[in-house]
Formats: sequence, structure tokens, C-alpha cells
Amino acid sequence: MSDNFERFKKCAVDVLSVDEAQVVPEATFESLDADSLDLVELVMALEEEFDVNVEEEELDGVNTIQAAYDLVVSKL
Amino acid sequence: MVNERVVLVTGGNRGIGQAIARRFAAAGHRVAITSRSGAADDTDGILVVNADVTDTASVDAAVSQIEETLGPVEILVSNAGITRDGLVLRMTDEDFTDVLDANLTGGFRVARRVSKSMMRNRWGRMIFISSIVGLGGQAGQANYAASKAGLIGLSKSLAKEFASRGITSNVVCPGPIETDMLMALTDEQRAAMLSVVPVGRLGQGDEIAAAVEFLASESAAFITGTVLPVDGGFSMG
Ligand SMILES: NC(=O)c1ccc[n+]([C@@H]2O[C@H](COP(=O)([O-])OP(=O)(O)OC[C@H]3O[C@@H](n4cnc5c(N)ncnc54)[C@H](OP(=O)(O)O)[C@@H]3O)[C@@H](O)[C@H]2O)c1
Repeated sequence: MSDNFERFKKCAVDVLSVDEAQVVPEATFESLDADSLDLVELVMALEEEFDVNVEEEELDGVNTIQAAYDLVVSKL
Repeated sequence: MVNERVVLVTGGNRGIGQAIARRFAAAGHRVAITSRSGAADDTDGILVVNADVTDTASVDAAVSQIEETLGPVEILVSNAGITRDGLVLRMTDEDFTDVLDANLTGGFRVARRVSKSMMRNRWGRMIFISSIVGLGGQAGQANYAASKAGLIGLSKSLAKEFASRGITSNVVCPGPIETDMLMALTDEQRAAMLSVVPVGRLGQGDEIAAAVEFLASESAAFITGTVLPVDGGFSMG
């Protein structure tokens, strides 16, 4: 696993209060019991961690860990 | 014994805000107030930060300073407000938008800034100081009444958005309170005002503070999205 994914995973574990083992690419936010407010919170944490900017519209259709990770990495 | 919290009262350097700040400080909380001049009299143990609520960067800097000095804000009392009275026919766009910007958008700016840490801590209290004028309207105060009514919609939306995070949001509507603002009226104007207050006197700043303190308490966790008039019975109809 890449270093970036490890950083991403740490944010997800902190913000969503889930186990590290649950943060796998195919996990949906629904399966992690994360609502829209959680997702916004996660994105704010990721923006800080990776020093990137994510616009509100870009979150449309981001339903899985993989999708969120790809979005952040695409900005690095 | 109180659970010590970090409290921010905007416009806490005088009037009602000062009474609120003093009450929280006396109860053992860590209190910060904002002042546009950066000064305030008699601030025993209260942190004074410089902020203009019409300026997002200024709000951000002030809250950052409080976070560094006292910790993240847990109780927000959004109290800063202005009036610029006049009849609608003579009211300029600026008279209207300036009052909205300070009273309503100002409350939004501060709430947005402190909500992140409240969300993270899964605990928070937001209390907006509106006015009975926001409930019933007032000739000569279309701008002010609109801003104060707007705070109710803002607060109820925050209450819904953050309900799952242990954050409550409520509004207090003061009636006529003995502050500089009201002391500037003539005796006649004051008498007219008192004639419509069933309790028959002006309120004290500390009577607003008492209601705010209750809404901010641990016991009020199940009260959110409400509007509480503290007005000697004025608004009961
Ligand atoms: N007095 C009443 O009978 C009454 C009745 C109903 C509602 N209220 C509401 O209660 C609140 C307090 O009223 P008050 O009678 O105590 O008023 P006040 O004595 O005139 O104090 C107003 C406070 O708001 C601050 N403020 C104004 N514009 C600001 C801005 N742009 N940025 C930051 N701070 C700003 C002032 O700070 P500066 O010192 O820097 O100007 C001051 O601390 C207001 O929201 C008012 O509408 C009052």
C-alpha cells in the first residue's frame, strides 16, 4: 500500500471512528455508517492533510473509499 | 459544579453581551469576547479579541486566537448587532444590507467558523441573540427586523444540520432591555414602550444572560431549534 493511502486511511479512521481494517478501497461510505456530514468532515481533514482543495460539486457521486482517494490523489 | 467550557460572546464588550460574558465567567467558564476596538472595560479574567463580524478573515483570526489561548469554542453566543432605523420609503440599499451583513451574515460567519471544532468534539451550543422585533416587525426597523427574523431560520437550520453531533442551536429574543441603546430614548418613548410590556418594566441584561446560560447548559441538551422570548410578556399577544 502506498504511503498516500496510509495517510488517507489515518484521516478516515480518525474522522469516521472506524477500524483501520474497514478502510478498504471497495468500502462504501454507507457501509461505514458515514452520512453526508461525515463525508464533508472527512474531506476537510483530507484537505488539511494533503494540502489540496476540493469543491462541493466534486463530491457528487463519491460513494466509496476508492473514489474519495482517487479524487484527492488526482490533485497532488 | 459546572463543566468548564470555552465561551465566545460576540460584541461582549458592552450592553447585553457584557452581561452574558460576565455571567459565564462568574460560573467558572473560560470566556472570550470580541470588540471592534480591541478594548473593553472591566474584563476581569475575560479574553478580549479584536473582531469585526462583517469580515470573514477577521472572524477567522479572532477564533484562531481564542483556540490558541483558551481552546476550541464550545459555546457560541452570537450577540453583536447594530441598528440603522428609518422608514422604508427613506431607507437606502446600504442601510438595509449593512444591517443584514452585521446582524445576520455576521452570525453565520461566526457559526460556520466554530462549527468545525464543535462537530469534532461532538458537543456544542449556539445561541443567537435576536429580538422581539424579529417576531413582530417594527415600523422604522425593516432592516433590523429582517435581520433578526433571519437569525431564526439560520438557527433552526443549524439545529437540524448538527443535531446528530451533539450541537444545539437556539434563539433568544430580548424585549426592551436597559442598555445604552434604550436609555437614548426620550421619557415619552420609554413610557410608550413600557405600556405594552405586561411586567411593566425594562429588563436587565443579566435576565437575558440567565436564559442564555440555561440554553448553554448540559441540562438543555434536548432543547434545540427553539425561540425563547425574554420580554416581560410583550410577545405573548
Ligand atoms: N437593548 C435592547 O433592548 C435589545 C432588545 C432586543 C435585542 N437586542 C439585541 O441584543 C444584542 C446586544 O444589544 P445591546 O443593547 O447590548 O447593544 P449595544 O450596547 O449597542 O452593543 C452592541 C454590540 O455589538 C457589537 N458590534 C456591532 N457591530 C459589530 C461588528 N460589525 N463586529 C463586531 N461587533 C459588533 C458592538 O461592538 P463595538 O463596541 O465594537 O461597537 C457591541 O459590543 C444586539 O444584537 C441587539 O440587537 C437588544
